[in-house]
Amino acid sequence: MAEEVLVFGAWGSPFSRRVEMALKLKGIEYKYIEEDLTNKSPSLLKYNPVHKKIPVLVHNGKPVAESLVILEYIDETWKDHPILPKDPYERANARFWAKFIDEKCLSAIFKACWGEHYEHEKAEKEHEKAVKEVSELLQFLENELKEKRYFGGETVGLLDIAANIIGYWLGVFEEASGAELLTREKFPKLCNWANEFVCVTAIKENLPARDKLIAYLRNRFGAGNASK
Amino acid sequence: MAEDSVKLLGYWASPYSLKVKWALKLKGIQYQYVEEDLKNKSPMLLQYNPVYKKIPVLVHDDKPLAESLIILEYIDEVWKQNPLLPIDPHERAKARFWAKFADDKCVPALVAAFSKKGEEQERAVKEARENLKILESGLEGKRFFGGETIGFVDIAAGWIGCWAQMTEEIIGIKLIDAETMPLLDSWFQDFLEIPLIKECMPPQDKLLEHCKESHKKF
Repeated sequence: MAEEVLVFGAWGSPFSRRVEMALKLKGIEYKYIEEDLTNKSPSLLKYNPVHKKIPVLVHNGKPVAESLVILEYIDETWKDHPILPKDPYERANARFWAKFIDEKCLSAIFKACWGEHYEHEKAEKEHEKAVKEVSELLQFLENELKEKRYFGGETVGLLDIAANIIGYWLGVFEEASGAELLTREKFPKLCNWANEFVCVTAIKENLPARDKLIAYLRNRFGAGNASK
Repeated sequence: MAEDSVKLLGYWASPYSLKVKWALKLKGIQYQYVEEDLKNKSPMLLQYNPVYKKIPVLVHDDKPLAESLIILEYIDEVWKQNPLLPIDPHERAKARFWAKFADDKCVPALVAAFSKKGEEQERAVKEARENLKILESGLEGKRFFGGETIGFVDIAAGWIGCWAQMTEEIIGIKLIDAETMPLLDSWFQDFLEIPLIKECMPPQDKLLEHCKESHKKF
């Protein structure tokens, strides 16, 4: 039976790229549909009426929304190259850190790069506070990595894919805004991991062009808090 | 399995630790319950959940787990009897989606309706009602999210019915409207009538008092 896999995404979104990374890792063929988020297609609104957001995976006509939910669906449907470990505790651990990245890290990183603009005297203090928060969050991930090559161990797993924000987008945010967050001195393991991560074929082929992303971010969010 | 191999750190009035109690009870798992004083968190809690410093924490064979939905999935994977999640991957994805929706969209709106005043409260009430209506669509006309018996989403979100009712009583504004959300309303009622669900609930009068006390702070 012919299988149809559609992915609705946006070129710069780490969330839709996660879905593509997982499919690529497992060698699954899919049709990609680029969404204009300022003018969402009727298909997107039909497939994700609740949130009206990308990414959405549509498998044989059945939609799945929310990137981490999609990653689990992909792993359960296509069993080759598993992205979650077999052990229930390790699985729970991967889910915990993926949720941590989405619920805590992203907003903290954004704040440190492009946070609210305060009056001059407050600005530096607020920026310092935001950077400190990101530092604390990254430290948790640094500790979680331990001596492993990837979060998933010897091969890229769900948490590595979820951490694409840290592995690639964070560096781009830093360059676009001038913020310094993922430094080698403080986070040697995480930096090594990021370098390895972006070299993995299935990942590399799914990273948005750096210059294009920087231009987009500067245009959308401004020059950044740390810019002088 | 020996009782001491499973420990739950919780708080009597927290719906999040209640969810975990329900799952453990549904699967007949023996465990040791440890009540935390949230104004004076134990060193054990801080050690087991250094990231969020919150309950619930499930400790199994000395390995700690935090975040209620993650704990539910773990329980479901370790103890296979009375499964919470369905077998079909698309149905599983839908269950995860709705559990997340309830936590991310329904709960914050209800909390805002509870804690805010004036226009902010009005907006929060409107949002809560809209999101509850959307949650109703996830039922797909079934009695429970799990079908004829309760499953993952029922345990993850069924508590909202009780807490929403208390909120209605305290703020004097209707949130769950039997006319506009008949299926959701019956679902909450049916869910809270299930013996094992009812047995684990904290005493209602004590809970209401606790919520009233919390409300005074706002």
